[in-house]
Amino acid sequence: MIPLGHYLIVSAILFAIGAAGVFLRRNLITILLSIEIMLNAVNLSFVAFGRQLGSFDGQIITFFVIAVAAAEAAVGLAIVIGLYRHRESLNPDAFTLLKW
Amino acid sequence: MPETLVFYVLSGVAIATSALVIGQRNPMYSVLLLVASFGALAGLYIQLDAPFVAVAQIIIYAGAVMVLFLFVVMLLNAPREDAAEWDRTHPLRQPAFARFGGLLALVLVLQLAWALLSATGVDAPVASRAGSEVVGSVRALGRTLFTDYVFAFEATSILILVAMVGAVVLARREGDQS
Repeated sequence: MIPLGHYLIVSAILFAIGAAGVFLRRNLITILLSIEIMLNAVNLSFVAFGRQLGSFDGQIITFFVIAVAAAEAAVGLAIVIGLYRHRESLNPDAFTLLKW
Repeated sequence: MPETLVFYVLSGVAIATSALVIGQRNPMYSVLLLVASFGALAGLYIQLDAPFVAVAQIIIYAGAVMVLFLFVVMLLNAPREDAAEWDRTHPLRQPAFARFGGLLALVLVLQLAWALLSATGVDAPVASRAGSEVVGSVRALGRTLFTDYVFAFEATSILILVAMVGAVVLARREGDQS
């Protein structure tokens, strides 16, 4: 059997990749994808902990994370479409109206 | 041991495809690679005796959410990122920002490593504790979901309704009153 620590290491690596993606990519859609990677990394550690502790709570929280991620993707992509109509660009540097 | 081998293959695929997702300049390839990453994660969920989560992952994430992303990529005809423009305008090209960002990245890596190293009991195989045999049962999972977590479940339905209405309102053209 696989030790719990290995799942946690995979989860940490995936989370770090997602965080790096948010900062490195200059494309709103890829940034949203990186957020999905981070959410999935957390899901993996929830399920692994739930398995370790013999309870359903990890899996159930994962369902709620998936539901919230679906809602977030729908609203986030609607905002991306609205922004693209205004600026004809997906580069986050193009949206500086709120920047001081 | 085949189980260990499957674990390493699946996690290797998940990590490699996720790294490629953020290494791509073309958003189309990023979305398709992320579907592969989610598939590998679903395999890991099956190994963790969570078949329902694995199926939900495939149907909702790889199915619905990623198709939504693909729709938007195609709808906007999303351009590739321009490598030359990236080199010229990315904030991390400025030395001060790059140093500060590197510092923050180091802090994140150190925190994750510290959390993993200081955790106790993570060397025991998952499911080695008593009472952890029933986790795979979808029947018991559904019962817990609709008794202990019924309020959160209903609140989620409201959340999704609000998100749906919000997406329609946000994506509507301005001045379109119909």
